Amino acid sequence: MTSHDAAPSITGHDAADIDRHVKVYITVFVALMVLTIVTVAIARLHLPVPVAVSVALLVALVKGSLVACYFMHLISGKKLIYAVLALTVVFFAALLALPTLTQSNGFWIHEIDTPASSAPATSHQ
Amino acid sequence: MDIPYTVEVRRDTGLNNGKIGIWLFLASEVMLFGALFASYILIRTGSPSWPRGDSILNVPLATFNTIVLIGSSVTMVMAWASLMRNRFGTFRLYMGATILLGFVFLVVKYFEYTAKFEHHQYPSTSNFFAIYFTLTGLHMLHVAGGMAVNAYFWGPGSKLWKTNPTWFTNRVEHSGLFWHFVDLVWIFLFPTLYLL
Repeated sequence: MTSHDAAPSITGHDAADIDRHVKVYITVFVALMVLTIVTVAIARLHLPVPVAVSVALLVALVKGSLVACYFMHLISGKKLIYAVLALTVVFFAALLALPTLTQSNGFWIHEIDTPASSAPATSHQ
Repeated sequence: MDIPYTVEVRRDTGLNNGKIGIWLFLASEVMLFGALFASYILIRTGSPSWPRGDSILNVPLATFNTIVLIGSSVTMVMAWASLMRNRFGTFRLYMGATILLGFVFLVVKYFEYTAKFEHHQYPSTSNFFAIYFTLTGLHMLHVAGGMAVNAYFWGPGSKLWKTNPTWFTNRVEHSGLFWHFVDLVWIFLFPTLYLL
């Protein structure tokens, strides 16, 4: 304890409320440790790539959700924060979808006309 | 002139301005890392062959770093909880532990990087190493930045506790949000780069 500890109460939360929060933090920490071990263990199984990617990202998603919900207090967040995050998720999803759309060779993807490719014999257009 | 809404919440948003600010900043950070993740997917799926991360990178070290960073997230949130309970001394202990764990993360990363350089593996070596060094390097910068802010609140910035404890607690909460975000990014980077 230091002299600063004598500061007046700054929060509407009572001590029991904070104690409950602390217990949740410890539980989440244990869960994150277990899931980290699970992530490494699954990787050692050498599953086929699509399965390995799906499982690894699913576990990472669960871990990320725990951090966001409890450590970042999103579980008790305000509407405005949810709105900001919802918008972010939309743009983030679009960003991740770009590689897929690009590889599907959509109508907006055209090969660049180079001098060689624009020659009649080698034209792709 | 006083900065408005540092402690009291705005009636229209239900939040103080610092909290809105940090969440908007984190949203921009999601897009920054999102762009790099999208690049990773594009490069990997477009590549005829791609090495497994665990065949090139040091998984035990990265696993250790994952545990360190998750641990630092816990000490960070405990530092904030200590302030909520008016325990400044405990806050300094937890915040000090957070900074120390961040430092441990960077030291481990230093050893990891130097091992790669000794084997002449640079960002120019391959697409894999290009994206590995870019993503982990940017993440390391974020860890260093978060440590600098946390060190400020542990040291000189903590003077605010004496004059305005609520504002100080809010600032620590916002710095914590950034720190947890850095942890969250690593949670995705670890399997993506090291295990798959």
